[in-house]
Amino acid sequence: MPLEAYVAVSAALFVIGIACMLSRRNVLYVLMGIEMILNAANINFVAFNRFSGDGLDGRMFAIFVIILAAAEAAVALAILLNVYHLFRSVKPSDADLLRE
Amino acid sequence: MEPASRVFYTLVTLASLLALGWGAFSAGAPGVSFALFAILTLGGGLMCIWERSVVRSAFSLMATFLGVAGLFLLLGADFLAMAQVLIYVGGILALILFGVMLSPPDLNERSLPRVLGGLAFAGGAAIWLGLRISASVTWATAEELPPMTSHAEEIGVGFLSPEQYVVPFELAAVLLTVALVAAVYIARRRSIDLFPEEDA
Repeated sequence: MPLEAYVAVSAALFVIGIACMLSRRNVLYVLMGIEMILNAANINFVAFNRFSGDGLDGRMFAIFVIILAAAEAAVALAILLNVYHLFRSVKPSDADLLRE
Repeated sequence: MEPASRVFYTLVTLASLLALGWGAFSAGAPGVSFALFAILTLGGGLMCIWERSVVRSAFSLMATFLGVAGLFLLLGADFLAMAQVLIYVGGILALILFGVMLSPPDLNERSLPRVLGGLAFAGGAAIWLGLRISASVTWATAEELPPMTSHAEEIGVGFLSPEQYVVPFELAAVLLTVALVAAVYIARRRSIDLFPEEDA
């Protein structure tokens, strides 16, 4: 398959991730959208690495992105637990202590 | 099943059949496998925004992650595909399912205009950007693709050799340690929550 096909799939996954973040009022959907966006970036890294000849840089970058995604998910879940504890809700718009 | 859902799944099935046909027509067997993994990726993502229940969304995200792992395999990155399955499907999805336990089952939360509006907005922005970029950029692709070989050993050597990636590797290790310890620290139950009368 040509490079353009992979880039198109990656762009579509990115769009779906952004829409997932925008369209729901639940923090979990924001997290899922972020994971989709990171996956889309990873597809691009690996595809460009494959199609630009030899080398490992793109793959290494994708591995570091996966590592960061794992750390991000763990910290986000911990923050989510605390937000739920404080506000009894998982809507992002309910956490508005600084507004008062 | 509500009518809107029926229309949605019919459209997704039609698009999948079209993509399979296009893949088989344009590139034969590799095209079909690419189309299958792309359908798995994008269909899982679309189902994730479409479904009302959070559990269904989380499990359709699994299809997305597996599809991305398949695309990695097609690109010759076998180690990365394995890491994707291990970390995303085994780890991050499990974390998200833990988060699902916190979310209340308000079933009427999805609003159709917001979903379609979000898709249209982001899609329009991406198409506009893509047209702008593709008009001015030529991809720096190699003349002939290198043969697909397993790069797991190369990646291991690259992680540990001082000329390549040992510093980012160690930094990632430090970052993971800090992030996980911090996550445990943030999420722990304080003793004042467990035994409120003793501290009062």
